[in-house]
Amino acid sequence: MAGVRAVGVLSRLTLRRYNVFTGPSYRSFSVSPAMLARTHVNYEVKGDVAVVRINDPNSKVNTLSIQMQKEMTEVMNEVWENNAINSAVLISSKPGCFIAGADINMIQGCKTPEEVTKLSQEGQKMFEQIEKSPKPIVAAINGSCLGGGLEVGLPSAFDMMLTGRNIRADKAKKMRLVDQLVDPLGPGLKSPEERTIEYLEEVAIECAKGIANKKISLRKEKGTMQKIQDYVMSFPFVRNQIYKTVQGKVMKQSKGLYPAPLKIIECVKTGVEQGPVAGYLAESQNFGQLAKTSESAALIGLYHGQVACKKNRFGTPEREVNTLAILGAGLMGAGIAQVSVDKGVHTILKDTTVEGLARGEQQVYKGLNDKTKKKSITSFERDSILSNLTGQLEYKGFEKADMVIEAVFEDINIKHKVIKEVEAVIPPHCIFASNTSALPIKDIAAASKRPEKVIGMHYFSPVDKMQLLEIITTDKTSKDTTASAVAVGLKQGKVIIVVGDGPGFYTTRCLAPMLAEAVRLLQEGVDPKKLDALTTGFGFPVGLATLADEVGIDVAAHVAEDLGKAFGSRFGGGNVEVLKTMVDLGFKGRKSGKGCYVYQPGTKVRDVNPDIGDILEKYKLTPNPSVSSDSEVQYRLVSRFVNEAVMCLQEGILNNPLEGDIGAVFGLGFPPCLGGPFRFVDSFGADKLVNKMRQYEAVYGNHFAPCQLLLDHAKDSSKKFHK
Amino acid sequence: MASMLMNPIRSCSVSSSWAVRFDALAVSLIFNYFLSVQTKSKKTLARPGVKNIVLVEGVRTPFLLSGTTYADLMPHDLARAALQGLLKRTGIPKDAVDYIIYGTVIQEVKTSNVAREAALGAGFSDKIPAHTVTMACISSNQAMTSSVGLIAAGQCDAVVAGGVEFMSDVPIRHSRKMRKTMLSLNKAKTLGQRLSLIGSIRLAHLSPELPAVAEFSTAETMGHSADRLAAAFGVSRVEQDEFALRSHTLAKKAQDEGLLQDVISFKVPGRDIVSKDNGIRPSSMDQMAKLKPAFVKPHGTVTAANSSFLTDGASAVLVMSEEKALAMGYKPKAYLRDFVYVSQDPKDQLLLGPTYATPKVLERAGLSMSDIDVFEFHEAFAGQIMANLKAMDSDWFAQTYMGRKSKVGTPAMEKFNLWGGSLSLGHPFGATGCRLATTVANRLKKEGGQYGLIAACAAGGQGHAMVIEAYPQ
Repeated sequence: MAGVRAVGVLSRLTLRRYNVFTGPSYRSFSVSPAMLARTHVNYEVKGDVAVVRINDPNSKVNTLSIQMQKEMTEVMNEVWENNAINSAVLISSKPGCFIAGADINMIQGCKTPEEVTKLSQEGQKMFEQIEKSPKPIVAAINGSCLGGGLEVGLPSAFDMMLTGRNIRADKAKKMRLVDQLVDPLGPGLKSPEERTIEYLEEVAIECAKGIANKKISLRKEKGTMQKIQDYVMSFPFVRNQIYKTVQGKVMKQSKGLYPAPLKIIECVKTGVEQGPVAGYLAESQNFGQLAKTSESAALIGLYHGQVACKKNRFGTPEREVNTLAILGAGLMGAGIAQVSVDKGVHTILKDTTVEGLARGEQQVYKGLNDKTKKKSITSFERDSILSNLTGQLEYKGFEKADMVIEAVFEDINIKHKVIKEVEAVIPPHCIFASNTSALPIKDIAAASKRPEKVIGMHYFSPVDKMQLLEIITTDKTSKDTTASAVAVGLKQGKVIIVVGDGPGFYTTRCLAPMLAEAVRLLQEGVDPKKLDALTTGFGFPVGLATLADEVGIDVAAHVAEDLGKAFGSRFGGGNVEVLKTMVDLGFKGRKSGKGCYVYQPGTKVRDVNPDIGDILEKYKLTPNPSVSSDSEVQYRLVSRFVNEAVMCLQEGILNNPLEGDIGAVFGLGFPPCLGGPFRFVDSFGADKLVNKMRQYEAVYGNHFAPCQLLLDHAKDSSKKFHK
Repeated sequence: MASMLMNPIRSCSVSSSWAVRFDALAVSLIFNYFLSVQTKSKKTLARPGVKNIVLVEGVRTPFLLSGTTYADLMPHDLARAALQGLLKRTGIPKDAVDYIIYGTVIQEVKTSNVAREAALGAGFSDKIPAHTVTMACISSNQAMTSSVGLIAAGQCDAVVAGGVEFMSDVPIRHSRKMRKTMLSLNKAKTLGQRLSLIGSIRLAHLSPELPAVAEFSTAETMGHSADRLAAAFGVSRVEQDEFALRSHTLAKKAQDEGLLQDVISFKVPGRDIVSKDNGIRPSSMDQMAKLKPAFVKPHGTVTAANSSFLTDGASAVLVMSEEKALAMGYKPKAYLRDFVYVSQDPKDQLLLGPTYATPKVLERAGLSMSDIDVFEFHEAFAGQIMANLKAMDSDWFAQTYMGRKSKVGTPAMEKFNLWGGSLSLGHPFGATGCRLATTVANRLKKEGGQYGLIAACAAGGQGHAMVIEAYPQ
């Protein structure tokens, strides 16, 4: 969940509907031979229609770069000046992408808010020109059209088209963003992609001609609803009410941690109340400011990190995994199966009981069926995807498996039993991956005859929603095994970090001390709801008490105990007995219906589990007022998380801070607006953090002892994790 | 006349001697035929060890626009009319048939084995088993080839195959929720249970479910797919309209000249005798150009005028082993030779069946495109036919999608659907296959050709083709 929310925000902010154009030459335009050397934008006149083609030669997608803007302006000016041209079609030469938005690197390249504001203003001018174009312009959009790309399409779009395989295109039509849809074509006398673009262009040209000679009317009938809406909106009182409601909703969702949505409301308000000129000015100024906020830097950092973690730095594996076997049809096993079958991987799902298997298969079915209900796949696609899944109770077919992922119960003895059973039936090349969240892989590999083929693949629940995959290698794991695991993860659509072996690896290890602190807070009398509010208020997408319920109290207890043993008193804080008692009483979290909260099917409102009051009473601690204000509580939780993360880097569990940030944000829901623990240290200041920790250390002892690497950064303020 | 000439030609090698035997004929006539037959290989496709199977006769009811004169009938009534027509035309004893197979697409739920109901009603012996097959627009092709299979396997000697489609009435169902409630009502024991079930019915449950001519797998209607296919192959609106106009014009000519001899007269209960297809309406290019696209709006090219229309109709053919036919004193019309079924992507290649099936069946028969004298292709949409013609003419398509070295080539238009096609005569889904086969047989006879080829596309991305050889006269 956490990861999903994060990316939602991420895309909202980095690919925002703001667009950045700059073009020093567009006013002093003149016909020069340089025009012929244009690389990004070109045009061709077909009849009386200019077909303007956009194609960034250096990238898979078109972005609104400085070069793009410059050439676009040149071309548009030529189109406007040429009397033989009556209309124009804007089209991308790239199959599947119109314009993916502003060039992030360009925004990053700006040093000051003023510089960004200037870029933005020049972009606005360009759009305004297109909007007021004396000649009709049809934007023919094939594939993604985001951010500024949409803006190029929209105002210009006296008429506009769009192709796409998914319902987004239909939706855009319904929202009247686009006027006409063109369906993608199949094989013909050319490849489907090539012919589809050609066809789109043909249709767009006809449409442009139609508009130019007034055969196609652009006036859209306003519906009755629209008329009523317009009338109601003419009252300032109503408008103010709407601004307030929207603002309230944004505040509720963003907790005020993301400045952009509020600024957007402000811009719209300015535009509506004081006219477009003031609106545009506000927009460009706000955009300039926003582009240089720490939130913007954090999110841009995450964007780059995510891109980096979508690559396989271990190279191409020797064999592709075509058959995947998964042991254990529980929540995780079935989730892994779901993200594999829909990528065309033949997947064997094995469980030990018919009931367990049935539950798991139902989970896969439900996951896909929900997509059918949302119409992102057809029922036929669902069925054919499901045909890749084989559910079974025995090891039949494992001789053809290229990889086995075990997701059985977290018990080293069971894992050993399983690895021995599996190795008796799999072929020599088959990789054995363990989906454990805390057991060291080398301990599991101890039972293996071929430890070079053993690796850890730590998925996050729910697997179909959480983007992160943490891959754990031991010193015996071969490079090809790692490459293969990463390849499988990428195929499953995951963002991947590869970390070293050790108790709790990276993610679980960071989470454990924070959970311990959370338990201590509960013992100190902080209500689970309050705990949730404090953590979400800091930017975590999911509150800690809720997270514990989602992960499972039993799992949390297990992890806390194991890691406590491994790392000693640093992982102390809350009393593990609290969790254990909850488990004994059957409060295992959401899966058992009760945890910190009571879960009832059918309702989203949940109450705090009244029965945990007694447990907490039994283990009650007295809070120390000097470190118990809301803000101190937040820093107590976060500092333990961050300190452990830095320690993982120090110990070489982490390869680099970037993967640390990605792992924390996408796997554990570390506040995306802070960009991850390492970026947080950079922006918050290592020295400030160390000071806070020293203060807590004085009260609670070595749970808060800052690690050496953090101390180094605190001593020397020039040391940063991210350049 | 043509048929008179064909006989000696096949039995002896082409030489000047045959002309002498017909010295009564005008020289020019002979010369014409000489030209047209000389290029043919003239070998029969009979193979040792393979039974010769013949088409003895084929008939069909007039094909009518749905909702017209047949409107009050049921599907088996139409099928019955075709069967009775066949009985009448062939005079075959009602117990001399071993088996009856019918093809149909949209099934009337009351007569799901429409073959049996029609056979009983047509007066065939009740000792003759009958079954119904379905394979979309090639259902009656499947009925015919199943018959061929039964005869080839030695299980039967005389089989009636046919097809029927009745679009004037289609099963419109209650919504799933309503059906569920109604079924539960059957099981409810107490009044209270019944009342609560009735109480659970909501207005929305009353909205009916209509059958659509859409692919189940992709939910795309066939017309929409045809429009995309035409666009993929760059088939213009004008090309499509021209082809549709050609179909109607040729059909009209064939009808006027009395060439459509497979059509039987049918006294519709309570109405007049119907003896002509009523969908043939040659129009003008200008008028056709006025129509708006029917599926892809507003820029599509497939319109009502260049698509086949919803049709009611039934067809029937008598298929026999050659010995049996001769023993019973029949003069068969044609041999049914090699046939193939193909299937491909139901989304983007839904209607490309003929492209895939044609080269395959020609290879099986050892023939090339130029050997074929008569082509009868099912015309689902003018755009579909044009796209198939372009696909068959493309080396790139053959290499990229069909795994062939080169294109198969296109049929010569002067041999292609000369008596109209599905666009003009109509297309009762289940019945068209038998019409194609009978038309090939009749045209071979009339035009004096030796080999005919039928090909058709069908929903589900399937296709069929069959080589038919003229029977020596």
